[in-house]
Amino acid sequence: MASLEVSGLTKSFGATHVLHGIDLAVEDGEMIVIVGASGCGKSTLLRIVAGLETASSGSIRIAGREVAALEPAERDIAMVFQNYALYPHMTVEQNMAYGLKIRGLPKPEIARRVAEAAGLLGIEPLLTRRPRQLSGGQRQRVAMGRAIVREPKLFLFDEPLSNLDAKLRVQMRAEIRRLQRRLGVTSLFVTHDQTEAMTLGDRLVVMHAGHAAQIATPMEIWARPADTYVAGFIGSPAMNFLEGTLAEGGQAVALKAGPVLRFADGPRAGGEGMPVTIGIRPEHVEVAEGGIALPLDLVEPLGSETVLHGRLPGGEALVVKLGGPAPDAGSLPVAFPAPALHVFDGATGKRLDP
Amino acid sequence: MRRTWPHLWLLLGVLVFATPIYITLIGSTHDASTIGRGDVPLLPGPHTVENYTAAWVSGGSGRFTVTPASRMLLNSTIMALCIAVGKIVISLLSAYAVVFFRFPGRMIAFWTIFMTLMLPVEVRIIPTYQVIVSLDLFNSMAGLTIPLIASATATLLFRQFFLTIPEEYVEAAKMDGAGPMRFFRDILLPLSVTNIAALFVILFIYGWNQYLWPLLVVNDRSLETIVVGLAKMIGTGDAQNEWNVIMAMAVLALLPPVAVVIFMQRWFLKGLTETEK
Repeated sequence: MASLEVSGLTKSFGATHVLHGIDLAVEDGEMIVIVGASGCGKSTLLRIVAGLETASSGSIRIAGREVAALEPAERDIAMVFQNYALYPHMTVEQNMAYGLKIRGLPKPEIARRVAEAAGLLGIEPLLTRRPRQLSGGQRQRVAMGRAIVREPKLFLFDEPLSNLDAKLRVQMRAEIRRLQRRLGVTSLFVTHDQTEAMTLGDRLVVMHAGHAAQIATPMEIWARPADTYVAGFIGSPAMNFLEGTLAEGGQAVALKAGPVLRFADGPRAGGEGMPVTIGIRPEHVEVAEGGIALPLDLVEPLGSETVLHGRLPGGEALVVKLGGPAPDAGSLPVAFPAPALHVFDGATGKRLDP
Repeated sequence: MRRTWPHLWLLLGVLVFATPIYITLIGSTHDASTIGRGDVPLLPGPHTVENYTAAWVSGGSGRFTVTPASRMLLNSTIMALCIAVGKIVISLLSAYAVVFFRFPGRMIAFWTIFMTLMLPVEVRIIPTYQVIVSLDLFNSMAGLTIPLIASATATLLFRQFFLTIPEEYVEAAKMDGAGPMRFFRDILLPLSVTNIAALFVILFIYGWNQYLWPLLVVNDRSLETIVVGLAKMIGTGDAQNEWNVIMAMAVLALLPPVAVVIFMQRWFLKGLTETEK
């Protein structure tokens, strides 16, 4: 158990810059989820922390010790791979014990740790089997077991749930979270799935094009996204973005779609007529008499809720999520409640706060 | 009825392949004069024991000196084993280096190995002979086997197999703290077992059947291999060929490769058809 500090980390492959200076401080026992679309550099970041890639510059400290120059095995970490990477010719027990054997731990100690981890994960009956005789979920557990027996300072997860079917993924997700809390091991978890990120992490790192776009708790990221990328990435269905310009001395926005909305929380800095992007989550759009007419072109009933797609006057797409069955109409009057608005700079996409 | 023709074809194939072996087997059970008359007997004769004893102990009835089969079989076995094992060890290591390590000249090394495929033993036999003589390895088991060990085919085969091994195993082994040799021994070798077995069968037979090189590099009778010895027994000119003993010797020469194939068959087929993953 230990803290992790990454500072000024960059990585280039030739002329391609993959990471542009990542700073991240992970506290003891914290579970950090690194989330982003493919190619954003999240796996590279994890692999650099693991020691499987070397950084171009920057430092990595685990429990206060600089590890950038150390071999992966010397960093006192354990990693769970996407395809589990269980050695096919070894039994589950041998797979779990292999790293300990190399470290030269005494046999009784190895046996104790393997038995303990197997008990924790409920895989005792599988110990004598080989990986190919196991189901996806069981392999996943064994891969976890192999990480646990090392009693590392840091757990690294490289999209470990992406090879499981949807139902099992939800189940394993909860299991990983429970296990991590119980063991209290500092963890980095890489995923491209925002639901996984929201449910697993104490804090999230949303990566975008080699930058950490935002580092915050899941709820904070959801409630106060730092820019339009984060806002659109986290939340499902994705946030609606509407173009507009500042009006009334920064007190309100004049939407391209027509109405002028007053901000609930005060004026934004910036001149009259400055272009801004207004974000509003589909679940915050209200259906109200006297609202803007939204002609619907697609209705997706999901049982407990309904997702409606339409186009505002002016051509901008709008998605609305209603907590109930679909209204039986071709058009819907919608309103945008002031407290639910997110204001972003129209040019840079950065969040504008009062 | 639809099955009749395929069966007839198969039967024909079996006949074509098996008849010479059958005639050899039958020939080894008759005395020299029966075959010497030009008859081709199709039923076993009464001289089995004495023919095989002659072949095993003295290599003939003594009218001219021939190395006994016992000696030659031993030489052939040692030679074939050295070639097969040596080739596998060298190819495993060179393929390991080429696939898993990044070092300057890696691709040059690979292509150099690859290019030797274009030069069969016969083409480079004179310079090889010169080298072996200069190294004072003429008339020795080392001289017999070393030039045949370097092998591009096996290196290529292992390279292709190693390329199919997921990168994640290497990374997992790194996380586990396994160094390069440890990874080779604990993970790569066990995964390659079926390939090694398949290659062993092919290489053992390749080594066993070597003719030209042993003929050139060995003239000491005590190092003679069975394939060369067998050829030397035929057509010495002034004496009549002892066909009965020659055939017994030929049957004896067949046995070790057959044994290897039968013994390794299970692994062999596995290695050619599936990979453990």
